[in-house]
Amino acid sequence: MDGNTEPLSPRAKLAVTAGKAAAAVSRAAGRGSGSVIGGKVALRLDPDLLGRLAQHLDVILVSATNGKTTTTRLIAEALRAAGPVVSNALGANMPAGITSALAGGSDARFGVIEVDEKYLAGVARDTTPKAIALLNLSRDQLDRAGETRMLAERWREGLAGSKAVVIANADDPLVVWAASSSPTVVWVAAGQEWKDDAWSCPSCGGVLQWPNDEWFCADCGFRRPAPSWALSGDYVLDPHGSAWPIHLQLPGRANKANATTSAAVAATFGVPPQVALERMYGVQAVAGRYDVVSFLNREVRLLLAKNPAGWLETFSLIDPPPTPVILAVNARGADGTDTSWLWDVDYTRLAGHPIFVIGDRKLDLAVRLEVAGLQFQVCETVDEAVQYAPPGRIELIANYTAFQDVRRRVGN
Amino acid sequence: MMSDNSLRLVWVYPDLLSTYGDQGNALVVERRARQRGLDVTRIDVRSDQPVPTSGDIYLIGGGEDRPQRLASERLRRDGGLSRAASNGAIIFSVCAGYQILGHEFINDLGEREPGLGLLDVISTRGEGDRCVGDVYGDIDQRLGLPPLTGFENHQGITHLGPTARPFARVQLGRGNGTGDGTEGAYNDTVFGTYMHGPVLARNPQIADLLLKLALDVNALPPTDDRWYEALRTERIAAATQPA
Ligand SMILES: [Zn+2]
Repeated sequence: MDGNTEPLSPRAKLAVTAGKAAAAVSRAAGRGSGSVIGGKVALRLDPDLLGRLAQHLDVILVSATNGKTTTTRLIAEALRAAGPVVSNALGANMPAGITSALAGGSDARFGVIEVDEKYLAGVARDTTPKAIALLNLSRDQLDRAGETRMLAERWREGLAGSKAVVIANADDPLVVWAASSSPTVVWVAAGQEWKDDAWSCPSCGGVLQWPNDEWFCADCGFRRPAPSWALSGDYVLDPHGSAWPIHLQLPGRANKANATTSAAVAATFGVPPQVALERMYGVQAVAGRYDVVSFLNREVRLLLAKNPAGWLETFSLIDPPPTPVILAVNARGADGTDTSWLWDVDYTRLAGHPIFVIGDRKLDLAVRLEVAGLQFQVCETVDEAVQYAPPGRIELIANYTAFQDVRRRVGN
Repeated sequence: MMSDNSLRLVWVYPDLLSTYGDQGNALVVERRARQRGLDVTRIDVRSDQPVPTSGDIYLIGGGEDRPQRLASERLRRDGGLSRAASNGAIIFSVCAGYQILGHEFINDLGEREPGLGLLDVISTRGEGDRCVGDVYGDIDQRLGLPPLTGFENHQGITHLGPTARPFARVQLGRGNGTGDGTEGAYNDTVFGTYMHGPVLARNPQIADLLLKLALDVNALPPTDDRWYEALRTERIAAATQPA
């Protein structure tokens, strides 16, 4: 694919410089990486900056409810086989953060960009991507994110007529419905353990039938498309029927699915699956997720799960009982302030694990676990939970701000 | 009242009306029944299945706007829930489910959609922002229950007719959104509320009330409710003493 070599306009250059200066000031003031503030300053000086920065790149967008940060990272690693990559690796996934990330990569060939679900249509319009990877859609932050199906609707409208190759999960009916409006779709059988947002046909409202993985709507005929890529156990099956082994340092089925989608994306840019998958092995932890830290002389693995689908995938990757498990839940703005979603998570899957409960909303979780008939211990702090936990590596599962709290405390 | 030896607990349309964690209500009722030594048969009815008429307690949750319309259409066509109601079954509904039990509500197309008419209420849609946040109030004193705590997340406004009594009066929060402080509605056997949380996890005494009505008894053996009580104390404090 030919890159665009037209230089940035003086105004765009000024915007980039101003954005970098603002980011540096923000960093110096101790306010995080400064990427969002920098992006905001830059966008105010040049509202078209995002599009102008993207012109020089082969842009790949990645969106989903779960797994977008990790998948962005996996795709970035794979594509480095073909050329330099710029990426919003820290997960600043709204337009300002994306602008800021792209401004830092003037020599790159690829821009691999994680996009918040709500902004996908707009960013796709501004950046003219070559490829868009869509992983899954499920309930998340219902107090403010709005309806899951409405998000799928906005994707569908935003992608209609897009020139991008859309690489989409054939096993998630909402994703299939959203992606079906684009002319070119590569379907990936990436799986989706969570089914509770996929009982109602997104097209006609009929009841979806799941006799096996081949879901369909008996009322309108909307059905699972035939995938050309698939995750099969520990292998990626490519469109030619070849099986490529997945070796990841990242745990769990969901990350194998993310690797499968990433291999399909990489192939779109001429990187063979074997090369792509080998490079993905290098990814160890993503923004602290999956990291094993040493804390109070114990090993603790940090796992982030933000919504019911995420918790379900996380339960399937933790070590079996009697591995101790610490659960941490907050309900601050970034988490969603309603904790009702805890009741959509099947905590009986934790039976047999010693369970310790922390976080702002530990009492919501305590009632949830009591009703599930589980034994558990409520603790005031992560220190206390770690000290009470019986021997062995500890699995710590936390939602968004609870995860940040824990990372700060354990010094990760 | 209870059919054979098992309490039949029906969870209506989880495929459409189970978006906001309200299936917790079914889990709480089931758990508290079992703690009293009752055998429970939980029946989850998908919207392409007939609603059984022989249930003892029916629970309906909240959902998004289009699923709400589809649920109302399918429940009207099926007729099972209305027959169960006329058999005297106990029905407890939340948010979108509450609106469906009334005479009519505004659907996702902006049109007036008929409900089942099991509660004497009519719902419209509010103009302003969604009501989102913790709620604290007093449950109708005839029901003899402790204060109500819950979480609301809706844009509906529900007006009560003469044969529906307000389920509660809010001290904090919007409830029915009519500005008169009422929250939810009930008659002898049918209950509706805007409260999530889920509401029966926040208010286990309401779950026990449903059990007592279904079993036709005045009292139930006590349970160990310390975690429920701790949660109630925390949430009521959070609602009444905002940071
Ligand atoms: Zn259909």
